[in-house]
Amino acid sequence: MKQVFIWLVLGHLTISFAQAQDLLDLLPDEHPRELVTASFKTNRVINLHSLENTAFGVLDFKISHRFGFLSGGAYELFGLDQSTIRFGFDYGLTDRITVGFGRSSFEKTFDGFVKYKFLRQSTGEGAMPITAALLATTALQSTKFADPDRENYFSSRLYYTFQVILGRKFSETFSFQLSPSLVHRNLVATLEEKNDVFALGAGGRIRLGKRVTFNAEYIYVLPDQLASGYQNSLSVGLDIETGGHVFQVHLTNSTSMIEKGFIAETTGDPFNGDFRLGFNISRVFTIVKPKEF
Amino acid sequence: MQKMLFSGLMVFIALTSGFAQGKFFSREGHIFFDATSNGSPEVIEANNRAVSSVIDLNTGQMEFAALIKSFRFERALMEEHFNENYLESTKFPKAVFKGKITDLKAINLGKDGSYPVKVTGTLTMHGETKPLTVDASLTVKGGKITLGKSSFSLTLADYKIKIPSLVSDKVASVAKVTIDVPYQPLADSK
Repeated sequence: MKQVFIWLVLGHLTISFAQAQDLLDLLPDEHPRELVTASFKTNRVINLHSLENTAFGVLDFKISHRFGFLSGGAYELFGLDQSTIRFGFDYGLTDRITVGFGRSSFEKTFDGFVKYKFLRQSTGEGAMPITAALLATTALQSTKFADPDRENYFSSRLYYTFQVILGRKFSETFSFQLSPSLVHRNLVATLEEKNDVFALGAGGRIRLGKRVTFNAEYIYVLPDQLASGYQNSLSVGLDIETGGHVFQVHLTNSTSMIEKGFIAETTGDPFNGDFRLGFNISRVFTIVKPKEF
Repeated sequence: MQKMLFSGLMVFIALTSGFAQGKFFSREGHIFFDATSNGSPEVIEANNRAVSSVIDLNTGQMEFAALIKSFRFERALMEEHFNENYLESTKFPKAVFKGKITDLKAINLGKDGSYPVKVTGTLTMHGETKPLTVDASLTVKGGKITLGKSSFSLTLADYKIKIPSLVSDKVASVAKVTIDVPYQPLADSK
């Protein structure tokens, strides 16, 4: 009986001592699901859409330029004599759905897109290893028809792109994504060109500092779909973030800043030094404030 | 003899078990901070409504933990920069305060009311641990602590949080912090 008492007392003492730990340890551990954020500085890698979306209620105004080929030499001031521009507005309808439209000076093209993020990379309970999004874009080329006398159809001006974006932020420094793409052109110039063009894009970033990242992307177009002379798009650049702006400065062999253009109409030959200087400037505005503010 | 031992044991258990009581906790504590520079065109403030805290009235010990990622800003981009560039929440996911109520005797659980207290301890944030002493108040209702409140200022440089000169006209070097935590008794003493 005495032994029982002693054990009871000892047992009770150990329980009491066990309380002399961190107070917060008394609360059961919780590992709430947390979304992985900031895989890329903005919603474009360079030309390609990145796996990032514009947040709900945020308007992202983008001004982008591509200059002429550096290979034009001093006579063309290394391409600065020529420039094409696109300006666009992206808006976050929800945290998962972004819509946008833009206008490019190149071929006087209007474009619009819808992007839907259906998987979001997260940590904690029920973690999701990747982010996945669907992108659908339309482009309307509005240059005058080359031959106004023949029967021209409005539909000949239209282009569509469908893209799946699969990506992951592997670490604070490294993010990578794949973008299988299909570009549909209602009208092509010659028989050897396909109306449907399949391509696989890849893009990634390496974080160089808190506010600077190195980005690169390459888009491989599957063979025998384009007329000879067209090239795969290759771009490298830096993202520099300053408060509400992101500056993207890059070298690219593509002229167009929309999918149907840079995937299927890139002409610059990387081996000939046909790179252009380009930049995108993104400025965000909060249109809808969260409830608490 | 055995009866005496038994009753002695009961008293002992009752006394020591007393230590398991007098604990209060919360998971819904609210931290608000304002780091807006004077004359800044942009307001830099955030709310965290998932702050954990435990108070032990027997020892006067008090702890707080806040996940950096749970701070919500008016602007999504500010929130991203707060996590990415300033607090580096992937590297340092939590801010933790561990301290002690120095004038514990001032609190009378038998009398409802709000008791001003002093809490002194250390705050660990962004990998830096610094001493912190603040004025706080604890509200007693029906023999329980129901609410804890405090407000104080933090110098960001103490925690190696660097403000780039480019945004120094917007982000203040000292953040004003307000805390209010609704407490409930910690039932299980384990």
